[in-house]
Amino acid sequence: MRILVNEEPRDVAAATLAAVLDELGYGGARVATAVNGDFVPAARRGALHLDEGARVEILAPMQGG
Amino acid sequence: MLFYGTELSSRLMLGTAQYPSPDILAGAVRAARAGVVTVSLRRESAGLRAGQAFWSMIRGLGVPVLPNTAGCHTVKEAVTTAQMAREIFDTDWIKLEVIGESDTLQPDMFALVEAARILTEDGFKVFPYMTEDLVGAERLLQAGCQVLMPWGAPIGSGRGLNNLFGLRALRAHFPDVPLVVDAGIGLPSHAAQAMELGYDAVLINTAVAKAGDPVAMAGAFRLAVEAGLAARSADPMEERDMAVPSTPVLGRAVLA
Repeated sequence: MRILVNEEPRDVAAATLAAVLDELGYGGARVATAVNGDFVPAARRGALHLDEGARVEILAPMQGG
Repeated sequence: MLFYGTELSSRLMLGTAQYPSPDILAGAVRAARAGVVTVSLRRESAGLRAGQAFWSMIRGLGVPVLPNTAGCHTVKEAVTTAQMAREIFDTDWIKLEVIGESDTLQPDMFALVEAARILTEDGFKVFPYMTEDLVGAERLLQAGCQVLMPWGAPIGSGRGLNNLFGLRALRAHFPDVPLVVDAGIGLPSHAAQAMELGYDAVLINTAVAKAGDPVAMAGAFRLAVEAGLAARSADPMEERDMAVPSTPVLGRAVLA
């Protein structure tokens, strides 16, 4: 399945958001996620199945003003 | 001064962006004795994990964090960013930015009020980055904000307090609301001026981060905020147009 992760096309085998995060190497990282523009809390990642073309945003703490 | 029921250890809020190095940032936070540090959210690469390193450093400073929604231009973007920030930073405090004009980074007051209402109803404690507009301020308070953060001047401009009249009016209209000058402060004298006006805190980033010596400048801002607060407490004299002799006229020798 091809999805967009932080606007970059990625081919993934996993179906759920939680499994995709593991597959892409984010396991254990402190990140927040959104799919197709909507926030997905960590607790819901395991049940959220991604569709072909899904837009996934993976954000982390960063410097800010 | 309580911000949503929390007393900060100082009236100086410090941004964490644009420092030459993490060590200099840490030194500046310590020299400023910052009461809170602002942070943000950006895309994370699985390989680099830059955000994880930054988060460890910030946690090590032991200063409360205020996440922002910098860069958001719509209600939807700001609300989603705030939700993501709450989970990552484990705080319901959010510095709400909804930018309406890209040259000045002026807040969109209409979208700001709408986003503030949505977030407040969702349990957030919103710190709105706003213009000094009195009507907008009233709407933000009605939307559930208990703190207001008017700009002094456009973000990163260092111009200081562009609209003294407006900032003074805001203070006078909302004597019991915690007010923070956010954005535009370039020098410690600007920060002292904000505190002398009766503002409860200032939020500084670029003026410290882009100084030749950020750590020394952070210390200078700490002193300025303390001086301004002390001056306000000491009840400054009234201005007047004409001169008044400060030395007594009575007993003056006639030598002409």
